[in-house]
Amino acid sequence: MGLLDFLTYVVTGISLGSIYAIIALGYTMVYGIAKMLNFAHGDIIMVGGYASFIATSNLGLPSYLSILISMAVCTLLGVMIERFAYRPLRKAAPLAVLITAIGVSYLLQNVALLIFGASPKSYTSMVTLPTQSFADGELTITGTTIVTIAVSVVIMIGLTIFIKKSKSGRAMLAVSEDKGAAQLMGVNVNRTIALTFAIGSALAAIAGILLCSAFPTLTPYTGAMPGIKAFVAAVFGGIGSIPGAMIGGIVLGIIENLSKAYISSQMSDAIVFSVLILVLLFKPTGILGKKITEKV
Amino acid sequence: MDKDKKSLLNRFTRVAPAATTKSNTITYAILIAAFLIIQIMLSTGNISSLWKGLLVPLCIYAILAVSLNLTVGILGELSLGHAGFMCVGAFAGAFFSLYFEKMIPYAWLRFPLALIVGGLVSALFGAFIGVTVLRLRGDYLAIVTLAFGEIVKNIVNILYIGRDSAGLHFSTESKIALNLKEGGEVLVNGAQGISGTPKDSNFYIAIFLVLVTVIVSLNLIQSRTGRAIMAIRDNRIAAESIGINITRYKLIAFVISSFFAGVAGVLYAHNLSTLTATPKNFGYNMSIIILVFVVLGGIGSIRGSIIAAVILTALPEALRQLNDYRMLIYAVVLILMMLLTSDPRIAAFRAKYSPKRLWAARKTGKENL
Repeated sequence: MGLLDFLTYVVTGISLGSIYAIIALGYTMVYGIAKMLNFAHGDIIMVGGYASFIATSNLGLPSYLSILISMAVCTLLGVMIERFAYRPLRKAAPLAVLITAIGVSYLLQNVALLIFGASPKSYTSMVTLPTQSFADGELTITGTTIVTIAVSVVIMIGLTIFIKKSKSGRAMLAVSEDKGAAQLMGVNVNRTIALTFAIGSALAAIAGILLCSAFPTLTPYTGAMPGIKAFVAAVFGGIGSIPGAMIGGIVLGIIENLSKAYISSQMSDAIVFSVLILVLLFKPTGILGKKITEKV
Repeated sequence: MDKDKKSLLNRFTRVAPAATTKSNTITYAILIAAFLIIQIMLSTGNISSLWKGLLVPLCIYAILAVSLNLTVGILGELSLGHAGFMCVGAFAGAFFSLYFEKMIPYAWLRFPLALIVGGLVSALFGAFIGVTVLRLRGDYLAIVTLAFGEIVKNIVNILYIGRDSAGLHFSTESKIALNLKEGGEVLVNGAQGISGTPKDSNFYIAIFLVLVTVIVSLNLIQSRTGRAIMAIRDNRIAAESIGINITRYKLIAFVISSFFAGVAGVLYAHNLSTLTATPKNFGYNMSIIILVFVVLGGIGSIRGSIIAAVILTALPEALRQLNDYRMLIYAVVLILMMLLTSDPRIAAFRAKYSPKRLWAARKTGKENL
């Protein structure tokens, strides 16, 4: 194995990590604003995958329409979950919210299982870009990898501009800083939280499509593991921090891909989670997380 | 003491010592009554083989539910890897029994040792996870235990252990990679798991272990330690300010919880001829099912956990046609229980129409108590 092999693994790792980063953005935004761990986020990815699968394979729609439909379905789903499952629990104990989130995640998985069955669906990739070769054909990078990285860069830039410049984006920042003060300043807290869920879920739909394009099997459990790994990425980068989610996701993707290639493919999950354990042991606030002092 | 002070005191000592003793007596009475009924049914032969086969699993689920309730109800943290601890205990216990089968031929000695070994190994993992995660605030325990459960299952599936005259051999590749000498035997065979475990579990041991779990849990809850743990759950900052060592007490609860999950696993392993780690027995689903027992039985209620575990294990056997929707129903149960118990209107309704209150009102003849 030479340097070029290593480079290929790193590039595919960055691509996998970009997907994690997009998912982690959803986790970290919701965590920053609603202070809750949205366990169902991983399963929204799966719903996004199925929505675009049906739109392309069963209805025969072109891919851009299928992506839009998938995003619309996920956005609606995310907002509805927030409205009916999480909003009534806004003042409840964290344990109750967490158990509800587990319940929602489990519900989505089992509804998908009833509708689509346990047998995997083979997903046709949305990406039509052919494989590119560099350095006299020694380094080949698939089209999906390139598109994934490009899409994630666009999303990161777009999201950062949205949050920094737009009124709703600044409202999100305000709510995550101090819910009560934001409300006093005339920010509609409920609407801002709903907007956060909507954006997070739309990103989850994109992540689902990219994930299924890279690994073209779709089952009701497709979203679960990437969802957990994206959470690891969010913690790694510092939960609540948007640039942290990007860095965490990409680093985690590279770690996972390299350990798959050089150590053992069966142990790669264990290695990813040892990263989480190490981060929690030595720097629980993550790379870019802020240390929060608690006032009594 | 004037009336105001008294009512204030009552509010803070909602579970008065006399009331807990009474409640505990009810729990023990239910357990003993259940045992006696089953014993009578067994001795008169009034029980079908299907239900007879369910007796040990029922006890296993009861132990799992009670031990998870220590984490969820008493400690107030969410663990999603209870099945993982069960898996660790099952494999450690089964390995111990198989290894010492010839050296300790007596089941009455070997099986209790296996139970302790399984429990301790599981507790060790619990301590490792607890030390890392429990000192942090936030929902990290849920995600780390979830990951732990999945990883344990994966690692067990690629683990090969064999024994020959030179000692133990380990491998994560295959049976052949163990390089066993002639006459060596494979003890843990990767995805095929452990087979030939002595079938030492029976209903009497199982119900005895349920009793032990309940005694330990109830005594823990009422002890100084238990009160410290619940103080942390209710107000971490206040508990810290009166000098309670947060991490230490959290760790105690979590390690005891994982110990009993391991014990349940050993019981499980010795109830089967072949032990394999599949998503069905040690996977995420299993952890969720145990959580549903705890939530439906009432978070923090030991008695409720046992009753919910027994009913929800027995019910699907009785209603086979609902099997496809079982998991879906469990998910809805989790969400609805949380929404309903957190709704202030429902809480007000329950306070107004609770049987205890109505009974007391009738006795004193007063409308507004």
